Amino acid sequence: MHSRAVFPDKAIPYLLLAPQLAVTLVFFIWPAFQALRQSVLVEDAFGLSTRFVWFENFSRLLRDPNYLHSIEVTAAFSLAVACFGLALSLLLAAMADHVIRGAGVYKTLLIWPYAVAPAVAGALYGFLFDPTVGEVTRFLSLFGINWNYIRNGDQALLLVIVAACWNQISYNFVFFLAGLQSIPKSLIEAAALDGAGPGRRFWAVKFPLLSPTGFFLLTVNVVYAFFGTFGIIDVVTKGGPAMATDIMVYKVYSDSFRALDLGGSAAQSVILMAIVIALTVVQFRYVERKVHY
Amino acid sequence: MVERRSWFTFWAHLTLILGVGAIAFPLYVTLIASTHALPTLLQGRMPLIPGDQTWVNYSSVLNEGMSLSGAPPVSLMLLNTLVVALGISLGKIAISIIAAYAIVYFRFPLRMTCFWLIFVTLMLPVEVRILPTYKVVADLGLLDSYTGLIIPLIASATGTFLFRQFFMTVPPELAEAARIDGAGPIRFFLHILLPLARNSMAALFVIQFIYGWNQYLWPLVVTTKQSYYTVVLVMSRLVNVVDVAPRWNQIMAITLLAMIPPVVVVIAMQRWFVRGLVETEK
Repeated sequence: MHSRAVFPDKAIPYLLLAPQLAVTLVFFIWPAFQALRQSVLVEDAFGLSTRFVWFENFSRLLRDPNYLHSIEVTAAFSLAVACFGLALSLLLAAMADHVIRGAGVYKTLLIWPYAVAPAVAGALYGFLFDPTVGEVTRFLSLFGINWNYIRNGDQALLLVIVAACWNQISYNFVFFLAGLQSIPKSLIEAAALDGAGPGRRFWAVKFPLLSPTGFFLLTVNVVYAFFGTFGIIDVVTKGGPAMATDIMVYKVYSDSFRALDLGGSAAQSVILMAIVIALTVVQFRYVERKVHY
Repeated sequence: MVERRSWFTFWAHLTLILGVGAIAFPLYVTLIASTHALPTLLQGRMPLIPGDQTWVNYSSVLNEGMSLSGAPPVSLMLLNTLVVALGISLGKIAISIIAAYAIVYFRFPLRMTCFWLIFVTLMLPVEVRILPTYKVVADLGLLDSYTGLIIPLIASATGTFLFRQFFMTVPPELAEAARIDGAGPIRFFLHILLPLARNSMAALFVIQFIYGWNQYLWPLVVTTKQSYYTVVLVMSRLVNVVDVAPRWNQIMAITLLAMIPPVVVVIAMQRWFVRGLVETEK
């Protein structure tokens, strides 16, 4: 990184950086440090004394079947959200890239779910799939499917996956469409002259060229499924039934504010931070390559 | 030239229409449900055309809220949400553009340290450090205040990167010329750089307005007084009522009111939205 270094003033840059740094230090770095500190301490029942316990909170957490279950749910959930979301939006983007008439209209009609808050999306889907009054529930009953996500854990997980995909599809669509439109027309024409049909052109030419975009979107979607879907879970299922949708970020919240297990929830925070850091590093390593693309 | 096969174009349109329809379906059901009386929805056959209770439903949620679920009037919550969304988006733009200006146009000790400190914020989403951050805000006495709702969320690594990226594309001769003409750093920033950065600011504004409007967990933990509730944070309260059937007609009216402003911003500022989305990820 190089600087233009045109202004010699010494105090001004610090003043300009002060607000950003102050907010970062007070509300980001300090709380993160507190989580780190708390994760290696155990407080007695009255909060009067604390004891340094090395990694006991972590080992207790990793022996806790509820936490291991939460890891499994999170893995299944984020994998499903990323795969379904990416596949559907790639299909729509490929079609929008093909059509000439109405492409702008389709784009407008496909980007608006991005603006809907996850919690609001949760309310929409909670109503659509409500066991007694839901429109989709009634439709499913025509096929003899007994839909009750409040009792059935698999159905609850499926419902939050559908709501999360719906919420994230416009983001993926915008990136896939931009990626498709940046592919040089000459490549597609060359493939067409060689006799490749639309399907062949897609899989042999466009799809490989889209792989950097796809990989980038994969990490973004996993981050979204891990952290962005909190609102959906809290509105629709509250982690239930029987912890079927208790993803890690929901568990750290409920353990922090309801169970009041300080050491355990701090250890959960630290594990989640490690996951975000890993995902961010993966994403930024990719971005360095994207520059040449 | 690439040949165009009419059957394939037909399938493309069909797929897109089905996709648009499936994506819009929840919106359609919400709209219809918000225009009917509750008994109509509960009797087990959801109508497919709008009812005649539109005015009743919307005016009751806007003016009275839903006291049984602990939701104040929606007009108040919409105003709170607007204050928070504007505070976060404008605050992020303001503090990140001056931070980027310092990093690109000055050389000073600890410059890289500052840059990395800002970068680190990307790796600490509020969800993962919720309890300690809540404690900091509580210790500062900022619970139940706009300051507490806004300030902890306005640090923005993405904004700083976006403006840094933009400043790097501004020809260095411009700053040199300004300096030769006797303009100091503040003057150069205000009169030359800011007007040039208009498009980047608009792009960042759309993304951050949506981010601010859609905040859920943070308002949920830092507000206890109804006068500071945002419309998004009451969603769970509305849907998860005990012992009675949720009042779906009113809930859907609130839901619709909660999504109209950000959706209008995204569609009206579509050009900047797409740009902001793609550029903040570079």
